[in-house]
Amino acid sequence: MTTTATELTGTDESGVPVPGRKIRGGGGLGSYLLIRFLLIFPTVFILVTTVFVLMRSTGDPITAALGGRLTAAELAARVHEAGYDRPILVQYFEYLGNLLSGDFGTAVSDRRPITEVLTTFGAATLELSFYALIVAFVVGIPLGRLAAYFRDRWSDAALRVFAILCYATPVFFFGLLLKLVFSIQLGWLPVAGRASTGAEIQLQTLDSSTGIYLIDAIKLGDPEVIADVLEHAVLPAVALGLLTAGVFLRLVRTNVIGTLGMGYVEAARSRGVAERRLLKKHAYRPALIPIVTVIGLQVALLLSGAVLTETTFEWKGLGFQLVEYVQARDFVAVQGIVVMLAVIVALTNFIVDVIAALIDPRVRY
Amino acid sequence: MATVAVPPGTRRRGWRDLPVIHQLRQSVGLQRGMLVAGLLLTGIFLFTAIFAPLLAPYEYNQLRDPSGPFGAQQEPSSAHWLGTTVGGYDVLSRVIWGTRTALFVIVVAVLLSIVLGVLLGLVSGYFGGWLDRVLVVICDAVYALPSLLLAIVAAIAISGGESSLVGGVLAAAISITVIYIPQFFRVVRAETVRVKSEAFVESAKVIGAGHWRIMTRHVFRNATRTLPLILTLNASEAILTLAGLGFLGFGIEPTSAAEWGYDLQKALSDVTSGIWWTSVFPGLAIVLVVLGLTLVGESLNDLADPRLRTRRRAGADTAIPVGEVPVVPGGTLGAGPGGLAGLEGRGEGEWEQR
Repeated sequence: MTTTATELTGTDESGVPVPGRKIRGGGGLGSYLLIRFLLIFPTVFILVTTVFVLMRSTGDPITAALGGRLTAAELAARVHEAGYDRPILVQYFEYLGNLLSGDFGTAVSDRRPITEVLTTFGAATLELSFYALIVAFVVGIPLGRLAAYFRDRWSDAALRVFAILCYATPVFFFGLLLKLVFSIQLGWLPVAGRASTGAEIQLQTLDSSTGIYLIDAIKLGDPEVIADVLEHAVLPAVALGLLTAGVFLRLVRTNVIGTLGMGYVEAARSRGVAERRLLKKHAYRPALIPIVTVIGLQVALLLSGAVLTETTFEWKGLGFQLVEYVQARDFVAVQGIVVMLAVIVALTNFIVDVIAALIDPRVRY
Repeated sequence: MATVAVPPGTRRRGWRDLPVIHQLRQSVGLQRGMLVAGLLLTGIFLFTAIFAPLLAPYEYNQLRDPSGPFGAQQEPSSAHWLGTTVGGYDVLSRVIWGTRTALFVIVVAVLLSIVLGVLLGLVSGYFGGWLDRVLVVICDAVYALPSLLLAIVAAIAISGGESSLVGGVLAAAISITVIYIPQFFRVVRAETVRVKSEAFVESAKVIGAGHWRIMTRHVFRNATRTLPLILTLNASEAILTLAGLGFLGFGIEPTSAAEWGYDLQKALSDVTSGIWWTSVFPGLAIVLVVLGLTLVGESLNDLADPRLRTRRRAGADTAIPVGEVPVVPGGTLGAGPGGLAGLEGRGEGEWEQR
């Protein structure tokens, strides 16, 4: 948490321009950002507490993980050693203190610090989410615009049903279908994993590996490895990306329709501006602003989706690892990862809100 | 729903004003088509769930019939229309019985979260003060967490990470409830705050009605107009969450109930060997049910929003910056315009909070 804490203070200091603030009712950008920033703390605190209480209601993590495997005496010794036999409140405050000093705990099963798990597997999840967002943008935004243009005609209806289907299809089922068609029937793309074994070994040899395979492959400079890495990414990216694409499609459609009905568009229309141009120049761009805000929410959706997608495609990222720990009943690790992800989501939401406030003055009040 | 401003008590509410039916009469053209299609799919789902014992050829946990065991991973045949699973169950029967599990989980999850969410929302919105602040911050915090992660944590807490027999279904339902309470809370609270300042509430206060009476008689009715809409959307999310939990191994054991997500998890390895029937059918079942519920919810949402309703488009240019939910005075909270923001802020009807 140390790194994040310094990051935060940095944003705090640069984000609150107290001297040059305009005197106006309702507060300016500065006070908005300050309040918004301060709200991160209760949010994270509540999440940490909720997760702690829920996870501990099942008993101590050592018994959960190693219950059947050790004798009662050994178990008690392990529990005592880890301090889980102390009052729950003491443990809770100790846990909070550890979090503040950046210690998210150590996994019971493989004894790895959670922060290390995050840095090892986080890159894979980041890479997948990035590809997925690209797919979502490329598919969702133009289609949403198209749907708004053909509003209430059959093509609009078809696009909207497509958007609903994107949402209604569980990402793992869609992943399974993609695998069936493109990997098994057609044999075009690999079934699972982030790269084939050969490529993975080559990537391991790289000195300063980032964990993001595409970057590593480019560094390696072997076109075959790059192609291999990209091939492996196609299906997971499409599966996870379409989930988000449906959201974007709907949002762009609704917003473009909304802006098309606004006064200044009417005015342009009455001046004789062509309908196509109205859509392109007048209605489309303002309709994109809310998307910035929504991307913040997509982080939460993407992370949920990533857990499922990674499991489907054996994409060894945070989600995949989380499920492994769940199956090993390693609740310390589960708790650590969930809390860490919660912090990431809270921070992203804050950053997105700041960007939204900078773009659109109506957001601050 | 969209025609507001009828003070309670001035007009008898007939069957035509019942939620859904009112919207069905209001809709036209494609919008009606989507609503009808959604209602149809939902109807089939309910029918299947209720009559599952009659429709399914076998029990969900049946492995053999008088002529011997079914055998694992059998291709679709006359005896097993959709084939058998890797565990040797009949796929068709499991798909049909799965509707029951899904319906049960929806009913428990939605009922629990409605009751708790509405109650908290009413109290919080009506009384305001520090309790309101605290509840809003808590709910927004919970809301900001990826729902599936929360469901996983809740499932671990409830069932101790094991898929127990009877507890499995209930655990899934309760973990889903935890996610949805904040959503109902937000919507009802926002509406309550709005309704609270209406003239008829003032009048009731002047007459000397107590808090409880005002809340139940005057505020409740008016603050819950949007519930049918959220209900359908949440029901579809509940199915997806249940399937997601099942897929990750928090499923319900095949001996205690049929659950589509669990079946899909077991089918994951089948896919590599080209066995498609074990995954395609439970998956399609999920898609169709969610599609039906979402079509209904989506249509209700469009009909409730004058800007999106076909015909009778009130020229209301309510240019509220979409995506901002003024929940806390002085700042928007992290969750922003999430799932149901539109219902509160009249901005966007977004349901994709999963």
